[in-house]
Amino acid sequence: MARMTMIEAVRSAMDVSMGRDDSVVVYGEDVGYFGGVFRCTQGLQQKYGKARCFDSPINESGIIGTAIGMAVHGMRPCVEIQFADYMFPGYDQLTQEAARIRYRSNGDFTVPMTVRMPTGGGIFGGQTHSQSPEALFAHVCGLKTVIPSNPYDAKGLLIASIEDDDPVIFLEPKRLYNGPFDGHHDRPITPWKNHELGEVPEEYYRIPLGKAAVRREGNDVTILTYGTMVHVALAAAEETGIDAEIIDLRTILPLDFDAIEESVRKTGRCVIVNEATKTCGFAAELMSIVAETCFYHLEAPIRRVTGWDTPYPHSQEWEYFPGPKRVGAALLDVMEAA
Amino acid sequence: MADASKTASRTAGKTAGKSVRKTTSKATSKPASSKSNLQATGEELLKYYRDMLLIRRFEERAGQLYGMGHIGGFCHLYIGQEAVVVGVEAVKKDGDQTITGYRDHGHMLACGMDPKGVMAELTGREGGYSKGKGGSMHMFSKEKEFYGGHGIVGAQVPLGAGLAFANRYRENGNVSLTYFGDGASNQGQIFEAMNMAELWSLPVVFIIENNQYAMGTSVKRSHSETHLYRRGASFGIPGMEVDGMDVVAVREAAREAIDHARTGGGPYVLEMKTYRYRGHSMSDPAKYRTREEVEGFREHNDPIKRCEARIIEGGHADAAALKELDKDIKDIVKGAADFALESPEPSAEELYTDVLA
Ligand SMILES: Cc1ncc(C[n+]2csc(CCOP(=O)(O)OP(=O)(O)O)c2C)c(N)n1
Ligand SMILES: [Mg+2]
Repeated sequence: MARMTMIEAVRSAMDVSMGRDDSVVVYGEDVGYFGGVFRCTQGLQQKYGKARCFDSPINESGIIGTAIGMAVHGMRPCVEIQFADYMFPGYDQLTQEAARIRYRSNGDFTVPMTVRMPTGGGIFGGQTHSQSPEALFAHVCGLKTVIPSNPYDAKGLLIASIEDDDPVIFLEPKRLYNGPFDGHHDRPITPWKNHELGEVPEEYYRIPLGKAAVRREGNDVTILTYGTMVHVALAAAEETGIDAEIIDLRTILPLDFDAIEESVRKTGRCVIVNEATKTCGFAAELMSIVAETCFYHLEAPIRRVTGWDTPYPHSQEWEYFPGPKRVGAALLDVMEAA
Repeated sequence: MADASKTASRTAGKTAGKSVRKTTSKATSKPASSKSNLQATGEELLKYYRDMLLIRRFEERAGQLYGMGHIGGFCHLYIGQEAVVVGVEAVKKDGDQTITGYRDHGHMLACGMDPKGVMAELTGREGGYSKGKGGSMHMFSKEKEFYGGHGIVGAQVPLGAGLAFANRYRENGNVSLTYFGDGASNQGQIFEAMNMAELWSLPVVFIIENNQYAMGTSVKRSHSETHLYRRGASFGIPGMEVDGMDVVAVREAAREAIDHARTGGGPYVLEMKTYRYRGHSMSDPAKYRTREEVEGFREHNDPIKRCEARIIEGGHADAAALKELDKDIKDIVKGAADFALESPEPSAEELYTDVLA
């Protein structure tokens, strides 16, 4: 075991995958020579050569489109889009090509491609560097979407994503790269090396897509969440003293329906937290699922805590960001409801 | 470096088809920056000097405020590239539009926007051009015909062509000045915009600020054709390479390109060979280039020093007068910084305004 940040864990996953399978290539903007703006690919070009880890020009459509072509021919490209906010020029390729080729070709062709993207806010990035677009991927049918909340999961899920025969969008919450940020922006962050989930095997392992993890067991209310908000939810439970069960979904598609149902049926209450804007966010989908499958077990209306329905602002970031206070208020609210 | 000192080489003869024919048209038949044309009056030089120095001092101050934690997030400084925007804006006419990417502070100052409002946007305050909600990369000014400030690389370029379309449609005689970087020049939408601009003969000048790097990626590691003035060649758009470190050379090239666009000649591509001294943004240690390379530009090719030399040689002002000018500029910048720190943060309710009508 080693202690790793989420950056190191992601890098280790690519390293292990490249070592095991020479059909894996890694590329993107500033990914080769420079090692990535977040350093996730540092050293891979030195180790595997320029043919397997390289820079691309700034053209997201080209990056994703070429990766699809490689993947259809049996390679396993793992490309980086520098920030999730930059994927939009390549969104057409993702939704109309990557997501559809299996269906269109009756399964003759598949797209074993992984697209890594740092996601989310909390870094003063403003409207073009802070967005959380996961619902846009989950909505299209034909893409898998993964969002880890810690280094251990990040490595195991990324290896599983690279090995998956379908296109996987792998969203890395950038505010978690260096530690489990819980929304308390005014406090120093605990580095991953002091956290048990910063303990990561150096070797190969997989975490299956579609399996949620229980981060905190509890009896009073279920919190469904993923990514950075897992840590915010943990802080909120701690601070309110409410016995919440916190489910880290880890992958939003495929989704672990069983884990959701089991927990909500047990607690009878549900709060859903996502960082993205509210309208048509993934929290809305989760609310529908809970309403459809657990209605007769609910003792209070389902609540969601999300970003506001505005572009991500440059100032007042902490007013926008759904921090532990807002999550705590929702917890108290559902506990008070009859 | 050698490239940047070469003043102007043209597409003429180097590209096939229509673009070659174009170079024989009136607009491009005379050399844009032969020595005889690189003249400027003392008054002009002093204005360019002042405008460039304002950008330089503003950016230095922004860098300091960032270091002190007053500016958060992203902040891309324009230091080193001042001659480009000052030279181009020197020949624009009232009503001509300016649009650029995220390295935009210099463009806003050159458009005449208030340094106070720009700095206050960087610090995220109510007094900023976007009330603090946009930040360094996202600002606009209707009054100064500044159409942003765009954080997504290349996104502004089709918008620039659209502005030009509106000019042609309204027959207002205006030209759209559309700036983007060497890295941005690889985005697919730029090719779409260029094709439409030539097809529809739109009055737009595509100004590529080639500072040789896109973050840590050099032009030669990302462009199959490193002469970016040829970017428009396959669409039939004339192009010119310009010494972007010489404000007068920039002005003359811009004059030719803008005249071409204004008089119905359609779009034009200007490749400004320039250099940024600082990292890509504030968090970039710039390890992808050597100290010597940066020093080479700073010491021997600095646009402000080169302008200063012209002023002194021409006897238009002495060192003492320039020092005095610098002092005035520092006062303006100090005023902007003070304002940017005193202005309050926008209220939380402000977050909801201007999402939709
Ligand atoms: C669509 C998109 N992709 C990537 C980025 C990240 N990014 C911001 S600036 C930049 C480099 C651009 O370089 P260049 O166009 O040469 O402009 P310069 O920074 O040199 O002024 C990159 C890759 C972005 N903002 N938008
Ligand atoms: Mg550049």
